[in-house]
This record gives sequence, structure tokens and C-alpha cells, in this order.
Amino acid sequence: MQNSESLKTKFGLGKVKAMLANLTFGRSIHYRNNVDRAWRYVISIGGIGVIVFVMLIMFFLMYVVVPLFAPATVSEKASYAIPGPADSPTLFYELDEYKETGIRVSQSGVVTGFNVQTGKVLFSAKLNFSGASITSFTQIEDSERLMAFGLSNGQVQIIKFGYTLTYPNDKRLVSVHLTYPFGKEGLEVSNSAIQHLAVRLDESELTLVMQDARSNSILVKKFEKTDSFMSDDVSLELSAEGSIEAPNNIKWLRLGGQGKNLYLITASGKTFFYNIANTEHIEPVQTVQLTNAAKNERITSVKFLLGSFSLMIGTNQGRVIQWFPVRGSDNLSRLQEIRHFDANSAIEGLNIEHNRKGFVSIDADQNFTLFYSTSERKMATVPLDSEANLIELSPRSDGALVEQKNGQIIFFDIENEYPEVSFYSLWDKVWYEGYDKPSYVWQSSSASADYEPKFSMVPLTFGTLKAALYSMLFAIPIAILAAIYTAFFMNKQSRAYIKPIIELIEALPTVILGFLAGLWLAPYMEAHLSGFFAIFFILPLGILLVGFGFSKLPDRLKLWVPMGARSLLMIPVVLFLGWLAMVLNNPLQEIFFHGDMRHWLTASAGIDFDQRNAMVIGFAMGFALIPTIFSVAEDALYNVPAYLVNGSLALGASGWQTIVGVVLPTASPGIFSAIMLGFGRGVGETMIVLMASGNTPLMDANLFEGMRTLAANLAVEMGEAELYSTHYRVLFLSGLLLFIFTFIFNSIAEVVRERMRKRYGSL
Amino acid sequence: MINWFKKGEHWIWFSASAVSISVVLVVGLVLMIAYKGLAHFWPHAVYEFNLNNQGSVEQVVGEIYDTKYKEVSYQDEAGIAHKAQVKQYLIKVGNRDIYGIDFRWISANDLVSQTLKKADNIFVLERYEWGNVYGKLNYIQINGHKYPVNAQNMTLVKKTLAKSQQLRGKIKHIEKMDIGSINYDLERLRLDKKKLRLTGSFTTDKQAEFAEQSQLLNKQFEQFQKQLTVLYSQRKALGEVVLTIAGGQKVHVQIKNIVKLWQPNEMSLLEELSFFFQSMGHFLIDDPREANTEGGIFPAIIGTITMVILMTIFVMPLGVVAAVYMSEYAKEGFLLRLVRISINNLAGVPSIVFGIFGLGFFVYILGGSIDDLFYSYAQPSPTFGTPGLLWASLTMALLTLPVVIVSTQEGLSRVPMSLREGGLALGATRSETIMKIVLPMSLPAIMTGLILAVARAAGEVAPLMLVGVVKLAPELPIDFNAPFVHLDRKFMHLGFQIYDVGFQSPNVEASQPLVYATALLLIVIIVSLNVGAIIIRNRLREKYKSLSH
Repeated sequence: MQNSESLKTKFGLGKVKAMLANLTFGRSIHYRNNVDRAWRYVISIGGIGVIVFVMLIMFFLMYVVVPLFAPATVSEKASYAIPGPADSPTLFYELDEYKETGIRVSQSGVVTGFNVQTGKVLFSAKLNFSGASITSFTQIEDSERLMAFGLSNGQVQIIKFGYTLTYPNDKRLVSVHLTYPFGKEGLEVSNSAIQHLAVRLDESELTLVMQDARSNSILVKKFEKTDSFMSDDVSLELSAEGSIEAPNNIKWLRLGGQGKNLYLITASGKTFFYNIANTEHIEPVQTVQLTNAAKNERITSVKFLLGSFSLMIGTNQGRVIQWFPVRGSDNLSRLQEIRHFDANSAIEGLNIEHNRKGFVSIDADQNFTLFYSTSERKMATVPLDSEANLIELSPRSDGALVEQKNGQIIFFDIENEYPEVSFYSLWDKVWYEGYDKPSYVWQSSSASADYEPKFSMVPLTFGTLKAALYSMLFAIPIAILAAIYTAFFMNKQSRAYIKPIIELIEALPTVILGFLAGLWLAPYMEAHLSGFFAIFFILPLGILLVGFGFSKLPDRLKLWVPMGARSLLMIPVVLFLGWLAMVLNNPLQEIFFHGDMRHWLTASAGIDFDQRNAMVIGFAMGFALIPTIFSVAEDALYNVPAYLVNGSLALGASGWQTIVGVVLPTASPGIFSAIMLGFGRGVGETMIVLMASGNTPLMDANLFEGMRTLAANLAVEMGEAELYSTHYRVLFLSGLLLFIFTFIFNSIAEVVRERMRKRYGSL
Repeated sequence: MINWFKKGEHWIWFSASAVSISVVLVVGLVLMIAYKGLAHFWPHAVYEFNLNNQGSVEQVVGEIYDTKYKEVSYQDEAGIAHKAQVKQYLIKVGNRDIYGIDFRWISANDLVSQTLKKADNIFVLERYEWGNVYGKLNYIQINGHKYPVNAQNMTLVKKTLAKSQQLRGKIKHIEKMDIGSINYDLERLRLDKKKLRLTGSFTTDKQAEFAEQSQLLNKQFEQFQKQLTVLYSQRKALGEVVLTIAGGQKVHVQIKNIVKLWQPNEMSLLEELSFFFQSMGHFLIDDPREANTEGGIFPAIIGTITMVILMTIFVMPLGVVAAVYMSEYAKEGFLLRLVRISINNLAGVPSIVFGIFGLGFFVYILGGSIDDLFYSYAQPSPTFGTPGLLWASLTMALLTLPVVIVSTQEGLSRVPMSLREGGLALGATRSETIMKIVLPMSLPAIMTGLILAVARAAGEVAPLMLVGVVKLAPELPIDFNAPFVHLDRKFMHLGFQIYDVGFQSPNVEASQPLVYATALLLIVIIVSLNVGAIIIRNRLREKYKSLSH
């Protein structure tokens, strides 16, 4: 101050100020304060950013998962008068994939092509059946748009409705064309009008079932497909036929299950199920009542779900009942009621989705309702202007065309991407097509197009818990006991080496542990199964013997190995006992298991055995969990205040009595949180399980069978899941599940540890 | 004795043994991997086996890979059934192109004589394709001239081999570096053209310019192509060696196809050692061959290092800033608690969850948007909208963030309060105190955190499988074409290599030694990183102990 005063007099005030600014800090205080403030903001934002990251992960996972549970949205797109002849009722509608062009085929045989979005008629043609009229009609393949018409002259005509894409002037133009895959002349199958018709087609054969106006029997005819050598034409040749006496009042004739299962259905619900695999000898399988006869429930509509396996029965009491054949204990398939869906009022019509197992109903209340069978979800209910005649869904299930009784068509856009899963289908037993009972299944994909994806989280969650629990069985005793010894008995110098060595396991890449477990341990364990079981007896017994023997030694020798060095002494002992167990493998097998334990397990004990099983996982992942548990538990034990220990020892308790009576109770929250952390880690561990568990999603607690965990499933399937498909989102759901799982375990561990810290603080 | 149990002495022994078991398991595991990994590089002796094969004697020559005992039941002359343990040898017989498989099991029962006999004068040739050849050298043919096998001619072979390696190096240089960079430029040119077309500014001037450039590149390309043709023909003219393998077939091996050749049974210890170290060197710097089951792991090493360095760049500032916030700025309260919970959970979330987050958020959402905004000209082929280096390192940065934060925080808390107070008292602002005093002092702690993060990232595989690691990357993520580090490329990784070669390889037996060697390398890297971190941490603790007193 004094100095600056003198300087002031020397140079004047302004100059001094400038000098000070230059001299002392180089920059003005103002600037420095600004920098300080800027840093404060940057650092605070960075610090809070960590919260943002965690939130981001969680919310992103949710963002991907949530659409799975959202209902479908249906919006009206267009409304127009029915195209084509209004006086003749519609047989069916067909839509193209882009929801641009549609076809209407009327009872009179008029094919009208129209623009789905505007109703504009694009072309019109009449099916030429040489004077005969249509008396019955059936769809052969929904994905192929192959239709069969039964005619008044006893012929059956098969027509394929196709769309062709052309690009005149770079604009996409869809046009309709009809082809006759089996020739333009119809199949002569009868000499009177065909009243009921069902047709199935496979690689080599066409199966045709029909009832004509005159005869009282149902005729079954099989035609062999023969390819013509000269052209692409395929001709049909009758290869087998048979007939059965027709029951009264048959209203629907349905042919399912690759053309083997014939269902004759009456309006009252009585149904006759025949097996027509052998036409010479058509077997009646079952006569069954599909509806509730006591309540006078009558069938109004019958449809197959995609794949022609499940029968969907619409009734006048507003139910849609799903039936499919289930193989019984006598190896015979019988129709079985699987589930039913409730619409609000009498069902007037049904139709199905062409790419998955969904369906739609129209009812007397002027509604149409979207359902999904596997997940038992009602996706949306949409009111109409008047009662509906017919409904047709677009091939990608993203549009619906409804023909109303008031002569109007309404076209709806549907957004219904993820109907396949519901809370129920994820967590409860689901009766899938082809299964003999409801079950938990994870099977996300298959080559077949009409496959029913099976997304049950239960086998994966079960596998996760199984893997984690078996490895905890291995890890907890070793880790906790080792922690007790290291914290309590070991001297400081040894502890400084032993602790990092055990914690080194945590640093070992799990891919290496997984590789060893899968390629070395698994086959080794399979060959030395008895030896591994012997370890559980030999090791404790051997340790007891050595310990007891040691206590009998003269004191002079005992002093050679102080308490803290016992673990050093035990290293060769443990090595020897392990070796002994492996050597004893063969003799033990001889004595107890007729020479081969693995063979004995499957043959005599009836226990399935996989080479990569829960026992391998228990050892390998248990090993990986040791450091997590050890480290936290050891810290907790080590931090137990010394005066508590000393007090107990002074009162005459032995070392172990002090541990059990004083140290463990005090440190128990810490040990608990160690176990929680270990469990959390075991749940999320991926590589070891991926490489050594066999990855089959089984539901079996068997020690000798593998499992598939949530984490390993992600690693296996994430790469092949199509972006934003149901599969992709379900996988994210399992990721979210893992996140929540570990979040809970970590938080519990953290809270408990926090409490313990406080308690020690008060002690 | 009852007293002994009453006092709980047995529990003390159990707990002591638990420590021993853990130690035995860790050390045993590391030693086993070290042994199996190192054995891969040693020149194994080649044995000759004579088998009884229905009257005739079949000769099998190869290395013993494994032995095990199998129980065999038989009847003696008196008709009494016996069981016996019979030794089985797993022999690497090589000559995959002739025998079809590299390995075969031989039962000691079939051997004519039970004593193992090393094969005389046997040569082992490692080839670039089809694996090893085990056989006796017949003659050497160079330029149509046959040279018998003698010491002088062997030096000739060695010389030719050296020349072959040299030519191979040149060819590789031209193919990978020169032609590779031309291809890179051509691709860029194509994309630039597409980009201009899209914006509508593709004028005739530009067109001419582009045509000129691509012509220039094509001309260069042709020149290199010519050079290559010359080199190829030179390499072809190197000649061949002819061997007789077990079974009497003659095998012609072109010298250009030989990686190296050695006579394991005639080597001195010194030669064996030099072979050992040479193989190890080659393992580190060679490219993989035969679907990663032979050769080296150079691309995986480079991939791992690049990814880890990038990750460090992301995680370091973020981790340090977060730690500084927590221990220097934040006040005890709800927010700080939330941050703590977040870090704990970040540390506890399974790594595969980071993987799907990386895939769903970074790759598809961020990457997809980047592609839409900046790389729309390259579509439909994605640039950043596909798993790659950038997303992998970002994901790993997120995964290792808690490690860095926790370690840095520990370091910060060890800097004595008095130093901060001193700085503030002298008129420094808080940020100046932190930047100039606190952070430099906790640098070792930050380093520790980084080292641990690197170790974690080097060993983690599960998330990487989803966000950018592939089994075989056509190009390294770093090369000499600007911008040198290619953030959009996929890369190879040591950990994934272990998973892939160990589990997806068609030839599991042949690839196992390589997997052990890779695992050993990974363990060595990770253990030394961890040990380094521990040493730094301990030093740091000592230092501050003296400071605070």
C-alpha cells in the first residue's frame, strides 16, 4: 500500500492502475472472475451430465419398449360407394401391399378393380364360366391370392388374382391380372352345383373337398400336380378320392392342417372332425360342440387364422372362440378350445391378418374390432356408420376395407405394429399353436412365414436367476470366508499382497473365463464328474484333518506358522486335495456309478446332461463373482471398530467366537450389500454364460443342464433382430429388465452401505 | 477335540483355506493360460508313429498335441473281460490339403512299439494356405534345376525364402498402401460426384475435372498393376521344394507359399529359443490367415488400441469434470446424492445393456441422423448409421466413466484442504486453484483411473459385439489416407477374437493354441495395466500421507 502510494505520486493514478493490471495478474480481476464463473458452469453441467447419461439410458430403453404396449390406432382414410355392380353381393375383396389397388369380386362373377384410396373404378371384367354361375367359393392360399370357385355346373375353377407393378414415366402403377394356374377349363368334379367347397394346395398335391346339391355325401378328391415339359403350365391329375356321408345342416366346410384335417361345421356349433390323410379310409376323429349349447350360442362366422391351423369361431353372443387340434396322450389330435375373445355384440363376420396371427371381427353394434390371438389383446374397436357386410385387411395389416350395408365402403389406415406381445404373453403360460399345453417358450424366429413368434420372458429370467444362484452358491462361501480371514487374521503385509491378487480376478476379461469354461472346464468336468463332486467332501474333510493335526503339534512347531500365515500353509494342502479328488475320480466312478457317472446319470438316474451346464457356469461365474463379494465384505469387516473386537477378546471369547458374536453382526449390512452387488453382477454377466451355458432357453433347475440368460440372449439375438420390429423391442425390454434388476440390487446395496457408514460414524 | 470345535478353530482353517483356494485358482488360471499360450510358439518335436493296420504298417508323423486315457474293454485269451486305461494321442499331422484334416487320434494299442520315436530329418513347413506340411525334403527345384538336399543348398533355400518374404512385403505394400489409397480416392471421387449431383451443382466443368482426376488415378492404378504383374512372376519363378510325407505321397510346395521352414528335431536349444521369440514376434505383427485360425493378430491389436485411445479422449474430460464437480463444487444435498446414485448404477449396469443402448441410440438414432444430415449422398449404404469405431468408443466411454470418476475423486479428496485454502488466500479464483494446484496434484489418480478404464475396455467384449467389432475387418481403422483415423470403420478386437476363434471357428482344435496365445496377450496387457495402476495409487497414497502430516 505504501509502495503504491509512493508510486502514485511518482507516475500519476492512471498509469499506476495500468501497471497494476499488468504486473500482478496479467489480466483484470473482472476477466478472471468471468473465467471462474464459466468454469463453474461447465463443471456443474458436466457433473450433472452423469445423471443425464443414466436417465438417457433408462429413458431410451423405455422409449424403445413402450410402443409394444400401445394400442393400435385406426383412422378413417376414405369413404366411397361400393365399386362395381351394386345389385350383386360381394364374394370377397383383395388389396395390394401398398393399399393402392383393390379388387372386388361379386357373386355374379364381375371383377372390379378400383383405387382403394378414392374408390375410382380402374377396370371391370366378368369371369367367364361358360354360362355357369358361382355357387360356392373358397380361398386356397391367402398369401398367394389363389381362389377356388364352385360352379353351378359342377366344375371347380381355380383363379389367381395378381398385381403387376409397372413404372411408366417413373410413376408406380399397379394393375390387376388374372391367371389360371391349372388351365382355363375348370375341374369337372361333379354333375350338379357345388354348394360347399374347401381346397388346400401343397408342393405336390391339391386336395379338394366339396358337397354338391344332389348327393348326400361329402366328396374328397386329391389331384397330383404334374409339370408340363413343354411350358410352365401345371396340370392336375386325379390321384385318389373318397367320400363320407354328410351330416345334416353342414354350413361350413373347412380344410386345415396341410389338407389333412377336415371340419364339417353346423350353425348350432356341432362339428365333425375327420382325418382325410387316407382318402380310401377317412377316419372320423371327433364330434365336438364348439359353442356353448346350453346358452343357445350359434356360430355366425368361421375363419382359419394364418397358417390354417386355428379355427376362429364367431358366435351370436359376441364371442370369438379359438380352437385348434391338440395332440393327446394317445397321439391323436383333437380339437380343443384354447381361448376366447369378447366383442360387445353378436359377431357378424370375421377376417384375418395375412402376415401374422391377428384377426378382425365385425359385430351387430356397428363396430369392428382388431384382435391378436397369441397375446389375447384387443387392439382397437372402431365404430362404423352402419352395419358391415364384409371386412378385408391389407396384406401388411396396415389397412382395413369395410363394406357397409348402406352401400358405402370405408377405408381405414391402421397402425398396429406390435400386437404380438402383452404383459400376459410375456409372463404367463401361453398355449401356442401345435403345443399340447400352455407353456413358457422363448423362440423368437423361424424360417416359416406363418410362424407364431414365442416371446416369453420367463425362461430367460429363470435362466438368469439359475445361473446367478448357482454361481452364488460357489462364490459366497469362498468370498465371505476369505474376507473374514483377510480382514481379521491376516497380518498387514500379507494382506497388502493377497487382496490385490484376489481382486485381480475382477480385472480378468470375462471372455477368457468364458472361453476356458466352455472349451476346457466343460469337457474336463464331464470326464471328471465324480472327482468334482468328491471335492465337496474331500476338501472340507482334508482341511479339518490338517487343522486338527496342526493343533496337536507341539507349541514350538505351531509358532512357526502364525495365525496370519495359515492360508500360506494351506496352499499346498488345497492343491493336494484337489489333485486327490481328480485322482479318485475313476475309483469313485467304479464304486458308485458302474464306471461312468455321466452315463449313469442319464441311463440310471434319468437326469439329462449337457456338457455346458449350470455346474460349469456355477464354477466359472462363481469364480468371477468372488472378487466383487470379497472386496466389499472385506472392507466392511476390516472397518469394524477395533475396540469392539478387543473388548470381546478381553472378555475371553476365542477368535472365531468374536467373529461370530461381534464382528459379523456389526458388519452384516456390509456383507449383505456385498452379496447384493455380487448377485447384481451375476445377473448381468454375459460372456461367461454366452460361452459356457449352451444357450438353450430351458425351464429346468437341473444342475446338469444349461440355460439361456437375458444378457446372453441379447448378445445372441440383438444382431439379427430387424430394426424396430417386435423382436427388437422385446429384446430392449429384456435389456430394460436387466437395467431395473441391477438398479434395484445396486441401490439396496448402496443404501445399506450408507446406513452402515453412519452407524460406524456414531460408534 | 470338542473344545477345538467349540472354539471354532475349524472355521478359522476353513477361512484360511478359502483364501488359499482363491489364490490357487487365480494363479493356476494365469499359469495355465501362460503355459498353453507360450507353448504355441515353441518348436515342438515331431514324432514318428508306426501303426498296425490290419497286417500292414501305417506311418503317421506329427506333433503330439494332447494325450488322454480312454477306458477300453477287452477279453483275454481265457475269455475273461477286462477293462484297461489306454493312452490316446492327439496328433497334429498337418498336410490338410492331402489328409483332409489336421488332427487325428491314435490309440497306444495300435502302436507297433510303445516307445516314442522322434522322426529323423523331418522338415516342418508353415504355408500361407492349408497349414503345415510335415515331411522329408527330397530336392529343391529352382528354374528347372534340381538341387539335392545338403547344407549348401539349404542356405540357398533360406536365401530364396528371404527373397520370397521380401517380394511378398513389396506386393503387400503395393496392394494395401498404394492401390488401397487409389481405391480410397476413387471412392471419395464417386461420392463427391454423387453429392454434387444431389445438390444440382454438377456442371460440365466439374465433370471434366472429375473425369481427369479419375483418369489420373486409373493410370496410376495401371502402373501399379504392371509392377504387381512383374513381382508376381518373379515370385512364381522362385521355385519349389519337394517333400515326401508320411504315407509316401510327394508334395510340391512353391517357395512363395512358405511362411517358414524348420527342423524341430535337429534344433539346438539356442535355435529353439530364437524360433520361440521369432514366432512370438510374428504373432504380434502378422495378419491373420485361414479365418483367423493361423498367423498373427496385428489388426486386432491395432483395433483394440485405436478404440481404447478414442475412448480415452471421450471419457477423460467427462470423468474428470464430473469428479471435480462432485468434490469441489457440489454441496451436500439431493443433487449430489442423485449424482452418486447415477454413478453407482452406471457402474452396476450390465455391459450388454450398454451394448444395446449403443446400438439403439448411438448407431441407429445418432448415426442415422448424421447420415441423413451429412451423408445423404452415400445412401442407401450407411456411413455412421452402422456399427463402427466411433460408436464403439463412445459406448465404452460411457461404460468406463464410473471408473475414471471414482478414481479421480479419490485423488481429489487426498489433496490436503490447506493447499486449496492457500491458493484461495493468495487471491486465486476457485477455478485457478483447481486447475493449477488441485488437478496437477491429483494427476496420478486421474492416470490410475484412465489405466483402469483402459484395462476394462480392452477386456470387455459383450457390448462391442453389437457396436462395431467384427471377426475380420478388411481395413485397419487407421491408415495413411486422410483423415487417417476412420471413425466409421468396423474393427477387430482382442477379446472378440478369443470369442470368435474359440467358438465360431470351423477348426476348433487347430485354433485353440492361437486363442490361448491371444488370451495370454490380453491377460498380460490387463494385468500389467492393473499392476501399474496399483503402484501409482500406492505411491500417491504415500505422497499425501507425508503431505498431510
